[in-house]
Amino acid sequence: MKGDACKAIALHVIVIAALFALNFVLPPYHHGVLARVMVLAVFAMGYNLLFGYAGLLSLGHAMFFAAGLYGAGLPMVHFGWGVPGAFAAGLLAGVLLSAVIGLLALRTKGVAFMIVTMMFAQVGYLLVYYFGSWTRGDEGLVIQQQARAIQFGATRLDLTNPVTRYMAALALFAIVLIATLIMVRSSFGRVLVAIRENEERTRMLGYDTFANKLAAMVASGAICAAAGAAYVILFGYVGSTFASIQYSILPLLWVLLGGAATTLGPLVGTVLMFYLIDGSGDLLKIYAPGWNISYLGIVGVALILLVLFFPKGILGTIRDRWARWLP
Amino acid sequence: MADALTISGLDCFYGETQVLFGLGLTLRQGEVHCLLGRNGAGKTTTLKAIMGLVSARTGSVRLGDIELTGLPPHEVPKAGVAYVPQGRRLFAEMTVAENIEIGLMTRQRGKDVREAVLDIFPVLRERLRQRSGTLSGGEQQQLAMARALCLEPRVLLLDEPTEGLMPSMIAKIRQSVASLRERGVSTILVEQRVEAVLSVADRVSFIENGRVRETVGVDRLREDPDIVKRYVGVS
Repeated sequence: MKGDACKAIALHVIVIAALFALNFVLPPYHHGVLARVMVLAVFAMGYNLLFGYAGLLSLGHAMFFAAGLYGAGLPMVHFGWGVPGAFAAGLLAGVLLSAVIGLLALRTKGVAFMIVTMMFAQVGYLLVYYFGSWTRGDEGLVIQQQARAIQFGATRLDLTNPVTRYMAALALFAIVLIATLIMVRSSFGRVLVAIRENEERTRMLGYDTFANKLAAMVASGAICAAAGAAYVILFGYVGSTFASIQYSILPLLWVLLGGAATTLGPLVGTVLMFYLIDGSGDLLKIYAPGWNISYLGIVGVALILLVLFFPKGILGTIRDRWARWLP
Repeated sequence: MADALTISGLDCFYGETQVLFGLGLTLRQGEVHCLLGRNGAGKTTTLKAIMGLVSARTGSVRLGDIELTGLPPHEVPKAGVAYVPQGRRLFAEMTVAENIEIGLMTRQRGKDVREAVLDIFPVLRERLRQRSGTLSGGEQQQLAMARALCLEPRVLLLDEPTEGLMPSMIAKIRQSVASLRERGVSTILVEQRVEAVLSVADRVSFIENGRVRETVGVDRLREDPDIVKRYVGVS
Protein backbone atom coordinates (compact mmCIF):
# COMPACT_ATOMS: atom_id res chain seq x y z
CA MET A 1 0.00 0.00 0.00
CA LYS A 2 2.88 2.34 0.76
CA GLY A 3 4.26 1.68 -2.72
CA ASP A 4 0.91 2.67 -4.21
CA ALA A 5 0.91 5.91 -2.24
CA CYS A 6 4.43 6.70 -3.46
CA LYS A 7 3.42 6.07 -7.07
CA ALA A 8 0.38 8.33 -6.67
CA ILE A 9 2.38 11.15 -5.11
CA ALA A 10 5.10 10.82 -7.76
CA LEU A 11 2.51 11.01 -10.56
CA HIS A 12 0.99 14.21 -9.13
CA VAL A 13 4.41 15.84 -8.72
CA ILE A 14 5.28 14.90 -12.32
CA VAL A 15 2.02 16.41 -13.63
CA ILE A 16 2.61 19.68 -11.75
CA ALA A 17 6.25 19.77 -12.93
CA ALA A 18 5.17 19.09 -16.54
CA LEU A 19 2.64 21.93 -16.40
CA PHE A 20 5.38 24.19 -15.02
CA ALA A 21 7.74 23.19 -17.83
CA LEU A 22 5.07 23.78 -20.49
CA ASN A 23 5.10 27.47 -19.53
CA PHE A 24 8.50 27.76 -21.22
CA VAL A 25 7.79 25.79 -24.39
CA LEU A 26 4.19 26.45 -25.40
CA PRO A 27 3.39 28.92 -28.18
CA PRO A 28 1.36 31.97 -27.00
CA TYR A 29 -2.05 30.65 -28.10
CA HIS A 30 -1.73 27.29 -26.31
CA HIS A 31 -0.08 29.02 -23.34
CA GLY A 32 -3.23 31.13 -22.89
CA VAL A 33 -5.54 28.16 -23.43
CA LEU A 34 -3.75 26.04 -20.85
CA ALA A 35 -3.93 28.81 -18.22
CA ARG A 36 -7.69 28.97 -18.77
CA VAL A 37 -7.98 25.16 -18.79
CA MET A 38 -6.16 24.88 -15.45
CA VAL A 39 -8.63 27.29 -13.81
CA LEU A 40 -11.59 25.42 -15.31
CA ALA A 41 -10.01 22.10 -14.25
CA VAL A 42 -10.09 23.43 -10.67
CA PHE A 43 -13.83 24.00 -11.18
CA ALA A 44 -14.10 20.39 -12.40
CA MET A 45 -12.07 19.13 -9.41
CA GLY A 46 -14.56 20.79 -7.07
CA TYR A 47 -17.41 19.15 -8.96
CA ASN A 48 -15.61 15.79 -8.91
CA LEU A 49 -15.34 15.84 -5.12
CA LEU A 50 -19.13 15.84 -4.78
CA PHE A 51 -20.08 13.81 -7.85
CA GLY A 52 -17.16 11.41 -8.22
CA TYR A 53 -16.38 10.68 -4.58
CA ALA A 54 -19.64 11.30 -2.70
CA GLY A 55 -21.85 10.17 -5.60
CA LEU A 56 -24.06 13.28 -5.54
CA LEU A 57 -24.98 14.36 -9.06
CA SER A 58 -25.60 18.11 -8.97
CA LEU A 59 -26.88 20.07 -11.95
CA GLY A 60 -26.36 23.41 -10.24
CA HIS A 61 -22.64 23.85 -9.75
CA ALA A 62 -22.61 26.91 -12.00
CA MET A 63 -24.00 28.78 -8.98
CA PHE A 64 -20.86 28.07 -6.94
CA PHE A 65 -18.55 29.03 -9.81
CA ALA A 66 -20.66 32.18 -10.33
CA ALA A 67 -20.62 32.91 -6.57
CA GLY A 68 -16.83 33.07 -6.74
CA LEU A 69 -16.93 34.98 -10.00
CA TYR A 70 -19.39 37.66 -8.85
CA GLY A 71 -18.22 37.53 -5.22
CA ALA A 72 -14.77 38.61 -6.41
CA GLY A 73 -15.74 40.64 -9.49
CA LEU A 74 -18.43 42.92 -8.04
CA PRO A 75 -16.27 44.31 -5.18
CA MET A 76 -13.42 44.91 -7.66
CA VAL A 77 -15.66 46.85 -10.06
CA HIS A 78 -17.91 48.70 -7.63
CA PHE A 79 -15.73 49.17 -4.54
CA GLY A 80 -12.23 49.08 -6.02
CA TRP A 81 -11.13 46.08 -3.92
CA GLY A 82 -7.68 44.62 -4.52
CA VAL A 83 -6.98 41.08 -5.71
CA PRO A 84 -6.47 39.38 -2.27
CA GLY A 85 -9.64 40.89 -0.78
CA ALA A 86 -11.68 40.10 -3.90
CA PHE A 87 -10.42 36.49 -3.99
CA ALA A 88 -11.28 36.04 -0.29
CA ALA A 89 -14.76 37.54 -0.89
CA GLY A 90 -15.36 35.16 -3.81
CA LEU A 91 -14.24 32.18 -1.75
CA LEU A 92 -16.40 33.20 1.20
CA ALA A 93 -19.43 33.67 -1.08
CA GLY A 94 -18.97 30.09 -2.34
CA VAL A 95 -18.57 28.64 1.16
CA LEU A 96 -21.69 30.39 2.50
CA LEU A 97 -23.81 29.60 -0.54
CA SER A 98 -22.82 25.92 -0.62
CA ALA A 99 -23.51 25.57 3.13
CA VAL A 100 -27.02 27.04 2.75
CA ILE A 101 -27.81 25.13 -0.46
CA GLY A 102 -26.37 21.94 1.07
CA LEU A 103 -28.56 22.21 4.17
CA LEU A 104 -31.65 22.43 1.94
CA ALA A 105 -30.77 20.27 -1.07
CA LEU A 106 -29.22 17.37 0.84
CA ARG A 107 -32.64 16.57 2.27
CA THR A 108 -33.33 15.12 -1.18
CA LYS A 109 -31.62 12.28 -3.05
CA GLY A 110 -31.04 11.07 -6.62
CA VAL A 111 -33.13 12.73 -9.30
CA ALA A 112 -34.74 15.08 -6.79
CA PHE A 113 -31.27 16.31 -5.75
CA MET A 114 -30.40 16.98 -9.39
CA ILE A 115 -33.58 18.98 -9.92
CA VAL A 116 -33.34 20.93 -6.66
CA THR A 117 -29.73 21.96 -7.33
CA MET A 118 -30.63 22.91 -10.91
CA MET A 119 -33.53 25.04 -9.67
CA PHE A 120 -31.33 26.84 -7.15
CA ALA A 121 -28.79 27.51 -9.91
CA GLN A 122 -31.56 28.90 -12.14
CA VAL A 123 -32.56 31.23 -9.30
CA GLY A 124 -28.94 32.39 -9.15
CA TYR A 125 -28.87 32.88 -12.92
CA LEU A 126 -32.06 34.98 -12.83
CA LEU A 127 -30.70 37.00 -9.89
CA VAL A 128 -27.82 38.09 -12.12
CA TYR A 129 -30.42 39.69 -14.44
CA TYR A 130 -32.60 40.96 -11.59
CA PHE A 131 -29.64 42.91 -10.21
CA GLY A 132 -28.66 43.98 -13.72
CA SER A 133 -27.79 47.51 -12.59
CA TRP A 134 -24.92 45.92 -10.62
CA THR A 135 -24.06 42.94 -12.81
CA ARG A 136 -24.98 44.29 -16.28
CA GLY A 137 -26.61 40.91 -17.09
CA ASP A 138 -25.31 39.03 -20.11
CA GLU A 139 -23.25 42.01 -21.23
CA GLY A 140 -21.20 41.50 -18.07
CA LEU A 141 -18.40 43.47 -16.51
CA VAL A 142 -14.82 43.89 -17.56
CA ILE A 143 -12.22 44.27 -14.82
CA GLN A 144 -9.69 46.98 -15.62
CA GLN A 145 -6.14 45.78 -16.24
CA GLN A 146 -4.64 47.98 -13.51
CA ALA A 147 -6.93 46.38 -10.92
CA ARG A 148 -5.64 42.90 -11.77
CA ALA A 149 -2.34 43.11 -9.94
CA ILE A 150 -0.99 42.31 -6.48
CA GLN A 151 1.31 44.76 -4.70
CA PHE A 152 4.04 43.20 -2.51
CA GLY A 153 5.74 46.28 -0.97
CA ALA A 154 7.55 47.88 -3.89
CA THR A 155 6.99 44.88 -6.17
CA ARG A 156 3.94 44.76 -8.40
CA LEU A 157 2.77 41.37 -9.67
CA ASP A 158 0.85 42.04 -12.88
CA LEU A 159 -1.67 39.23 -13.37
CA THR A 160 -2.44 40.34 -16.93
CA ASN A 161 1.08 39.34 -17.93
CA PRO A 162 0.73 35.92 -19.66
CA VAL A 163 3.55 34.25 -17.70
CA THR A 164 2.39 35.57 -14.32
CA ARG A 165 -1.17 34.60 -15.18
CA TYR A 166 -0.10 31.09 -16.18
CA MET A 167 1.91 30.68 -12.98
CA ALA A 168 -0.96 31.98 -10.84
CA ALA A 169 -3.34 29.49 -12.53
CA LEU A 170 -0.79 26.70 -11.99
CA ALA A 171 -0.35 27.66 -8.32
CA LEU A 172 -4.12 27.46 -7.73
CA PHE A 173 -4.34 24.20 -9.67
CA ALA A 174 -1.44 22.64 -7.75
CA ILE A 175 -2.80 23.70 -4.34
CA VAL A 176 -6.28 22.33 -5.11
CA LEU A 177 -4.88 19.13 -6.65
CA ILE A 178 -2.73 18.37 -3.60
CA ALA A 179 -5.54 19.33 -1.21
CA THR A 180 -7.92 17.03 -3.12
CA LEU A 181 -5.40 14.19 -3.06
CA ILE A 182 -4.97 14.56 0.71
CA MET A 183 -8.73 14.81 1.21
CA VAL A 184 -9.66 11.72 -0.82
CA ARG A 185 -6.96 9.60 0.81
CA SER A 186 -8.01 10.71 4.30
CA SER A 187 -10.67 8.98 6.38
CA PHE A 188 -13.10 11.71 5.22
CA GLY A 189 -12.51 10.73 1.57
CA ARG A 190 -13.03 7.05 2.34
CA VAL A 191 -16.29 7.79 4.13
CA LEU A 192 -17.48 9.75 1.08
CA VAL A 193 -16.77 6.75 -1.14
CA ALA A 194 -18.61 4.52 1.35
CA ILE A 195 -21.60 6.89 1.19
CA ARG A 196 -21.52 6.72 -2.60
CA GLU A 197 -21.45 2.93 -2.48
CA ASN A 198 -24.18 2.48 0.14
CA GLU A 199 -25.36 5.34 2.31
CA GLU A 200 -27.55 3.32 4.66
CA ARG A 201 -24.77 0.83 5.34
CA THR A 202 -22.37 3.68 6.06
CA ARG A 203 -24.83 5.10 8.58
CA MET A 204 -25.10 1.65 10.17
CA LEU A 205 -21.35 1.71 10.73
CA GLY A 206 -21.82 4.82 12.88
CA TYR A 207 -21.19 7.65 10.41
CA ASP A 208 -23.32 10.79 10.28
CA THR A 209 -23.82 10.68 6.52
CA PHE A 210 -25.68 14.00 6.33
CA ALA A 211 -22.84 15.85 8.07
CA ASN A 212 -20.26 14.19 5.79
CA LYS A 213 -22.25 15.02 2.66
CA LEU A 214 -22.66 18.61 3.83
CA ALA A 215 -18.91 18.87 4.43
CA ALA A 216 -18.32 17.52 0.91
CA MET A 217 -20.78 20.03 -0.52
CA VAL A 218 -19.05 22.95 1.24
CA ALA A 219 -15.58 21.77 0.18
CA SER A 220 -16.84 21.32 -3.37
CA GLY A 221 -18.54 24.74 -3.38
CA ALA A 222 -15.40 26.40 -1.97
CA ILE A 223 -13.17 24.87 -4.68
CA CYS A 224 -15.60 25.87 -7.45
CA ALA A 225 -15.84 29.40 -6.02
CA ALA A 226 -12.04 29.61 -5.85
CA ALA A 227 -11.98 28.72 -9.55
CA GLY A 228 -14.60 31.41 -10.28
CA ALA A 229 -12.75 34.07 -8.29
CA ALA A 230 -9.47 33.15 -10.01
CA TYR A 231 -11.17 33.27 -13.42
CA VAL A 232 -12.38 36.85 -12.97
CA ILE A 233 -9.03 38.00 -11.56
CA LEU A 234 -6.91 36.32 -14.24
CA PHE A 235 -9.13 36.82 -17.30
CA GLY A 236 -10.91 40.02 -16.29
CA TYR A 237 -14.48 39.25 -17.26
CA VAL A 238 -17.72 38.48 -15.36
CA GLY A 239 -20.84 37.54 -17.33
CA SER A 240 -24.15 35.77 -16.82
CA THR A 241 -23.14 32.89 -19.15
CA PHE A 242 -21.00 31.55 -16.32
CA ALA A 243 -24.10 31.24 -14.14
CA SER A 244 -26.14 29.45 -16.82
CA ILE A 245 -27.07 25.75 -16.97
CA GLN A 246 -24.31 25.26 -19.55
CA TYR A 247 -21.71 25.82 -16.82
CA SER A 248 -23.44 23.26 -14.61
CA ILE A 249 -23.28 20.61 -17.34
CA LEU A 250 -19.72 21.33 -18.52
CA PRO A 251 -17.95 20.21 -15.32
CA LEU A 252 -20.06 17.02 -15.35
CA LEU A 253 -18.92 16.36 -18.91
CA TRP A 254 -15.26 17.10 -18.12
CA VAL A 255 -15.34 14.80 -15.09
CA LEU A 256 -17.11 11.97 -16.94
CA LEU A 257 -14.63 12.23 -19.79
CA GLY A 258 -11.50 12.31 -17.61
CA GLY A 259 -12.76 9.80 -15.04
CA ALA A 260 -15.04 10.42 -12.06
CA ALA A 261 -13.44 9.82 -8.65
CA THR A 262 -9.92 10.18 -10.02
CA THR A 263 -7.91 13.18 -8.85
CA LEU A 264 -6.40 13.92 -12.26
CA GLY A 265 -9.48 13.04 -14.31
CA PRO A 266 -10.89 16.60 -14.24
CA LEU A 267 -7.69 17.97 -15.79
CA VAL A 268 -7.61 15.27 -18.47
CA GLY A 269 -11.30 15.78 -19.29
CA THR A 270 -11.06 19.58 -19.45
CA VAL A 271 -7.96 19.56 -21.67
CA LEU A 272 -9.45 16.95 -23.98
CA MET A 273 -12.80 18.70 -24.32
CA PHE A 274 -11.14 22.05 -25.04
CA TYR A 275 -8.92 20.68 -27.75
CA LEU A 276 -11.63 18.44 -29.15
CA ILE A 277 -13.84 21.47 -29.78
CA ASP A 278 -10.93 23.59 -30.96
CA GLY A 279 -9.46 20.89 -33.18
CA SER A 280 -12.73 19.83 -34.82
CA GLY A 281 -13.52 23.47 -35.64
CA ASP A 282 -10.08 23.90 -37.23
CA LEU A 283 -10.40 20.64 -39.19
CA LEU A 284 -13.71 21.72 -40.69
CA LYS A 285 -12.36 25.16 -41.54
CA ILE A 286 -9.58 23.55 -43.58
CA TYR A 287 -11.30 20.55 -45.16
CA ALA A 288 -14.99 21.54 -45.28
CA PRO A 289 -15.27 25.33 -44.95
CA GLY A 290 -19.02 25.34 -45.61
CA TRP A 291 -19.62 22.91 -42.76
CA ASN A 292 -17.72 24.60 -39.97
CA ILE A 293 -20.88 25.07 -37.91
CA SER A 294 -21.20 21.29 -37.53
CA TYR A 295 -18.05 20.95 -35.41
CA LEU A 296 -20.22 19.74 -32.53
CA GLY A 297 -21.09 16.69 -34.66
CA ILE A 298 -17.43 15.68 -34.65
CA VAL A 299 -17.21 16.34 -30.91
CA GLY A 300 -20.30 14.14 -30.41
CA VAL A 301 -18.85 11.24 -32.42
CA ALA A 302 -15.55 11.52 -30.52
CA LEU A 303 -17.42 11.47 -27.21
CA ILE A 304 -19.45 8.40 -28.21
CA LEU A 305 -16.24 6.58 -29.11
CA LEU A 306 -14.67 7.58 -25.80
CA VAL A 307 -17.69 6.35 -23.84
CA LEU A 308 -17.59 3.05 -25.76
CA PHE A 309 -13.90 2.40 -25.15
CA PHE A 310 -13.50 4.21 -21.81
CA PRO A 311 -16.84 3.70 -20.03
CA LYS A 312 -15.52 4.97 -16.70
CA GLY A 313 -13.74 7.94 -18.26
CA ILE A 314 -10.14 7.86 -19.42
CA LEU A 315 -8.38 7.63 -16.07
CA GLY A 316 -11.22 5.65 -14.48
CA THR A 317 -10.88 2.96 -17.14
CA ILE A 318 -7.07 3.00 -16.95
CA ARG A 319 -7.37 2.52 -13.18
CA ASP A 320 -9.80 -0.37 -13.59
CA ARG A 321 -7.74 -2.19 -16.20
CA TRP A 322 -4.11 -1.41 -15.54
CA ALA A 323 -3.37 0.86 -12.58
CA ARG A 324 -5.40 0.11 -9.45
CA TRP A 325 -3.18 2.49 -7.51
CA LEU A 326 -4.45 5.60 -9.34
CA PRO A 327 -6.18 7.80 -6.75
CA MET B 1 -27.71 -14.02 33.06
CA ALA B 2 -28.25 -10.24 32.81
CA ASP B 3 -30.11 -8.79 29.83
CA ALA B 4 -28.03 -7.24 27.06
CA LEU B 5 -30.99 -5.73 25.21
CA THR B 6 -34.58 -5.23 26.27
CA ILE B 7 -37.40 -4.37 23.90
CA SER B 8 -40.80 -3.57 25.33
CA GLY B 9 -44.13 -2.41 23.92
CA LEU B 10 -42.68 -1.48 20.53
CA ASP B 11 -45.14 -0.06 17.98
CA CYS B 12 -43.69 0.67 14.52
CA PHE B 13 -45.29 1.86 11.30
CA TYR B 14 -44.42 2.00 7.61
CA GLY B 15 -46.26 5.18 6.70
CA GLU B 16 -49.71 4.71 8.23
CA THR B 17 -49.51 0.90 8.26
CA GLN B 18 -48.64 -0.60 11.63
CA VAL B 19 -46.10 -3.44 11.35
CA LEU B 20 -45.01 -4.08 14.94
CA PHE B 21 -47.66 -4.32 17.67
CA GLY B 22 -46.33 -3.85 21.20
CA LEU B 23 -43.40 -6.15 20.47
CA GLY B 24 -41.41 -7.29 23.48
CA LEU B 25 -38.15 -9.26 23.62
CA THR B 26 -35.17 -9.71 25.90
CA LEU B 27 -31.71 -10.69 24.75
CA ARG B 28 -29.61 -12.15 27.53
CA GLN B 29 -25.92 -11.47 27.92
CA GLY B 30 -23.88 -13.73 25.63
CA GLU B 31 -26.81 -15.63 24.14
CA VAL B 32 -27.75 -16.31 20.52
CA HIS B 33 -31.43 -15.46 20.25
CA CYS B 34 -33.14 -16.49 17.06
CA LEU B 35 -36.19 -14.86 15.48
CA LEU B 36 -38.35 -17.25 13.49
CA GLY B 37 -41.50 -16.50 11.55
CA ARG B 38 -43.13 -16.47 8.14
CA ASN B 39 -42.17 -13.94 5.48
CA GLY B 40 -43.57 -10.54 6.37
CA ALA B 41 -44.02 -11.46 10.05
CA GLY B 42 -41.83 -8.56 11.20
CA LYS B 43 -38.40 -10.13 11.85
CA THR B 44 -36.33 -7.75 9.72
CA THR B 45 -38.47 -4.81 10.85
CA THR B 46 -37.63 -5.69 14.45
CA LEU B 47 -33.91 -5.46 13.65
CA LYS B 48 -34.44 -2.19 11.77
CA ALA B 49 -36.42 -0.80 14.69
CA ILE B 50 -33.54 -1.62 17.06
CA MET B 51 -31.18 0.26 14.72
CA GLY B 52 -33.53 3.26 14.44
CA LEU B 53 -34.06 2.73 10.71
CA VAL B 54 -37.78 2.33 11.38
CA SER B 55 -38.82 4.80 14.04
CA ALA B 56 -40.86 3.58 16.95
CA ARG B 57 -44.01 5.55 17.83
CA THR B 58 -44.22 4.02 21.27
CA GLY B 59 -42.20 1.53 23.27
CA SER B 60 -38.63 1.18 24.35
CA VAL B 61 -35.38 -0.44 23.21
CA ARG B 62 -32.77 -0.44 25.96
CA LEU B 63 -29.14 -1.47 25.63
CA GLY B 64 -28.18 -1.86 29.28
CA ASP B 65 -28.84 1.64 30.63
CA ILE B 66 -28.98 3.33 27.23
CA GLU B 67 -32.36 4.07 25.65
CA LEU B 68 -31.92 3.57 21.90
CA THR B 69 -35.30 4.84 20.65
CA GLY B 70 -34.97 8.46 19.64
CA LEU B 71 -31.24 8.22 18.95
CA PRO B 72 -30.23 9.12 15.36
CA PRO B 73 -29.49 5.85 13.48
CA HIS B 74 -25.74 6.59 13.23
CA GLU B 75 -25.49 6.84 17.04
CA VAL B 76 -26.88 3.32 17.62
CA PRO B 77 -23.72 1.51 16.34
CA LYS B 78 -21.60 3.80 18.51
CA ALA B 79 -23.70 2.78 21.52
CA GLY B 80 -22.72 -0.85 20.86
CA VAL B 81 -25.15 -2.47 18.42
CA ALA B 82 -23.88 -3.71 15.05
CA TYR B 83 -26.17 -4.77 12.21
CA VAL B 84 -25.41 -7.09 9.31
CA PRO B 85 -28.36 -6.72 6.93
CA GLN B 86 -29.78 -9.27 4.55
CA GLY B 87 -27.86 -9.31 1.27
CA ARG B 88 -24.54 -8.24 2.94
CA ARG B 89 -24.42 -4.74 1.38
CA LEU B 90 -20.66 -4.44 1.13
CA PHE B 91 -18.85 -1.51 -0.44
CA ALA B 92 -18.27 -3.49 -3.62
CA GLU B 93 -15.71 -1.13 -5.19
CA MET B 94 -13.53 -1.18 -2.08
CA THR B 95 -11.02 -3.87 -1.21
CA VAL B 96 -11.49 -6.21 1.74
CA ALA B 97 -8.91 -4.18 3.72
CA GLU B 98 -10.74 -0.91 2.97
CA ASN B 99 -14.09 -2.38 4.05
CA ILE B 100 -12.55 -3.41 7.36
CA GLU B 101 -10.83 -0.04 7.71
CA ILE B 102 -14.16 1.79 7.34
CA GLY B 103 -15.51 -0.31 10.20
CA LEU B 104 -12.48 0.44 12.37
CA MET B 105 -12.49 4.20 11.70
CA THR B 106 -15.86 4.81 13.37
CA ARG B 107 -14.57 4.12 16.84
CA GLN B 108 -10.94 4.78 15.95
CA ARG B 109 -9.97 1.21 16.72
CA GLY B 110 -6.51 0.04 15.90
CA LYS B 111 -4.50 -2.89 14.70
CA ASP B 112 -5.39 -5.20 17.60
CA VAL B 113 -9.12 -5.14 16.79
CA ARG B 114 -8.34 -5.71 13.10
CA GLU B 115 -6.20 -8.71 13.96
CA ALA B 116 -8.81 -10.13 16.35
CA VAL B 117 -11.48 -9.85 13.65
CA LEU B 118 -9.24 -11.47 11.03
CA ASP B 119 -8.57 -14.31 13.47
CA ILE B 120 -12.29 -15.08 13.49
CA PHE B 121 -12.46 -14.96 9.67
CA PRO B 122 -9.00 -16.15 8.52
CA VAL B 123 -10.04 -16.44 4.87
CA LEU B 124 -10.25 -12.64 4.70
CA ARG B 125 -6.58 -12.32 5.61
CA GLU B 126 -5.71 -13.94 2.27
CA ARG B 127 -8.03 -11.61 0.36
CA LEU B 128 -7.15 -8.23 1.86
CA ARG B 129 -6.29 -6.55 -1.47
CA GLN B 130 -9.14 -8.13 -3.41
CA ARG B 131 -12.15 -6.01 -4.36
CA SER B 132 -15.00 -7.10 -2.11
CA GLY B 133 -17.49 -7.29 -4.99
CA THR B 134 -15.43 -10.15 -6.45
CA LEU B 135 -15.57 -12.36 -3.31
CA SER B 136 -17.76 -15.46 -3.18
CA GLY B 137 -21.11 -15.22 -1.37
CA GLY B 138 -19.78 -16.89 1.78
CA GLU B 139 -16.69 -14.70 1.87
CA GLN B 140 -18.84 -11.61 1.39
CA GLN B 141 -20.98 -12.67 4.34
CA GLN B 142 -17.88 -13.17 6.47
CA LEU B 143 -16.61 -9.73 5.46
CA ALA B 144 -19.96 -8.14 6.32
CA MET B 145 -19.76 -9.75 9.77
CA ALA B 146 -16.09 -8.82 10.18
CA ARG B 147 -16.82 -5.19 9.33
CA ALA B 148 -19.63 -5.10 11.89
CA LEU B 149 -17.37 -6.65 14.54
CA CYS B 150 -14.82 -3.86 14.02
CA LEU B 151 -17.26 -1.75 16.05
CA GLU B 152 -16.64 -4.12 19.00
CA PRO B 153 -20.40 -4.41 19.56
CA ARG B 154 -22.09 -5.66 22.69
CA VAL B 155 -25.00 -6.80 20.56
CA LEU B 156 -24.85 -8.15 17.01
CA LEU B 157 -27.90 -8.30 14.73
CA LEU B 158 -27.65 -10.81 11.88
CA ASP B 159 -30.34 -10.91 9.21
CA GLU B 160 -30.38 -14.24 7.37
CA PRO B 161 -26.60 -14.65 7.15
CA THR B 162 -26.80 -18.06 5.47
CA GLU B 163 -29.24 -17.02 2.73
CA GLY B 164 -28.11 -18.27 -0.68
CA LEU B 165 -24.91 -19.93 0.58
CA MET B 166 -23.67 -23.44 -0.14
CA PRO B 167 -23.65 -25.94 2.77
CA SER B 168 -19.90 -25.70 3.51
CA MET B 169 -20.17 -21.93 3.84
CA ILE B 170 -23.29 -22.21 6.01
CA ALA B 171 -21.29 -24.40 8.39
CA LYS B 172 -18.54 -21.77 8.55
CA ILE B 173 -21.00 -18.99 9.30
CA ARG B 174 -22.54 -21.11 12.08
CA GLN B 175 -19.07 -21.70 13.53
CA SER B 176 -18.42 -17.96 13.46
CA VAL B 177 -21.66 -17.23 15.33
CA ALA B 178 -20.76 -19.85 17.94
CA SER B 179 -17.27 -18.38 18.26
CA LEU B 180 -18.74 -14.91 18.84
CA ARG B 181 -20.89 -16.29 21.65
CA GLU B 182 -17.75 -17.64 23.29
CA ARG B 183 -16.32 -14.13 23.12
CA GLY B 184 -19.35 -12.75 24.96
CA VAL B 185 -21.14 -11.09 22.02
CA SER B 186 -24.94 -11.30 22.35
CA THR B 187 -26.59 -12.01 19.00
CA ILE B 188 -30.06 -11.69 17.55
CA LEU B 189 -30.24 -13.95 14.53
CA VAL B 190 -32.99 -13.88 11.93
CA GLU B 191 -32.96 -17.26 10.24
CA GLN B 192 -35.25 -19.34 8.02
CA ARG B 193 -33.44 -22.68 8.37
CA VAL B 194 -34.65 -24.55 11.41
CA GLU B 195 -31.60 -26.85 11.49
CA ALA B 196 -29.34 -23.77 11.63
CA VAL B 197 -31.38 -22.43 14.53
CA LEU B 198 -31.10 -25.70 16.41
CA SER B 199 -27.34 -25.81 15.98
CA VAL B 200 -26.47 -22.30 17.19
CA ALA B 201 -29.36 -20.69 19.10
CA ASP B 202 -29.94 -20.64 22.86
CA ARG B 203 -33.51 -19.39 22.67
CA VAL B 204 -36.01 -18.79 19.89
CA SER B 205 -38.79 -16.19 19.60
CA PHE B 206 -41.61 -16.80 17.15
CA ILE B 207 -42.88 -13.64 15.49
CA GLU B 208 -46.30 -13.54 13.89
CA ASN B 209 -48.09 -10.45 12.56
CA GLY B 210 -45.67 -8.08 14.24
CA ARG B 211 -45.94 -9.67 17.71
CA VAL B 212 -43.73 -12.10 19.64
CA ARG B 213 -46.08 -15.06 20.15
CA GLU B 214 -43.80 -17.34 22.12
CA THR B 215 -40.21 -17.56 23.32
CA VAL B 216 -38.74 -20.99 24.03
CA GLY B 217 -35.38 -22.56 24.78
CA VAL B 218 -33.82 -24.52 21.93
CA ASP B 219 -34.13 -27.78 23.92
CA ARG B 220 -37.90 -27.34 24.03
CA LEU B 221 -37.83 -26.88 20.25
CA ARG B 222 -36.03 -30.21 19.81
CA GLU B 223 -38.54 -31.94 22.02
CA ASP B 224 -41.61 -30.42 20.38
CA PRO B 225 -41.06 -29.74 16.65
CA ASP B 226 -44.77 -28.92 16.28
CA ILE B 227 -44.10 -25.45 17.68
CA VAL B 228 -42.16 -24.62 14.52
CA LYS B 229 -44.93 -26.03 12.34
CA ARG B 230 -47.46 -23.87 14.16
CA TYR B 231 -45.67 -20.56 13.51
CA VAL B 232 -43.54 -21.15 10.43
CA GLY B 233 -45.49 -23.83 8.60
CA VAL B 234 -42.57 -26.32 8.30
CA SER B 235 -40.68 -28.48 10.75
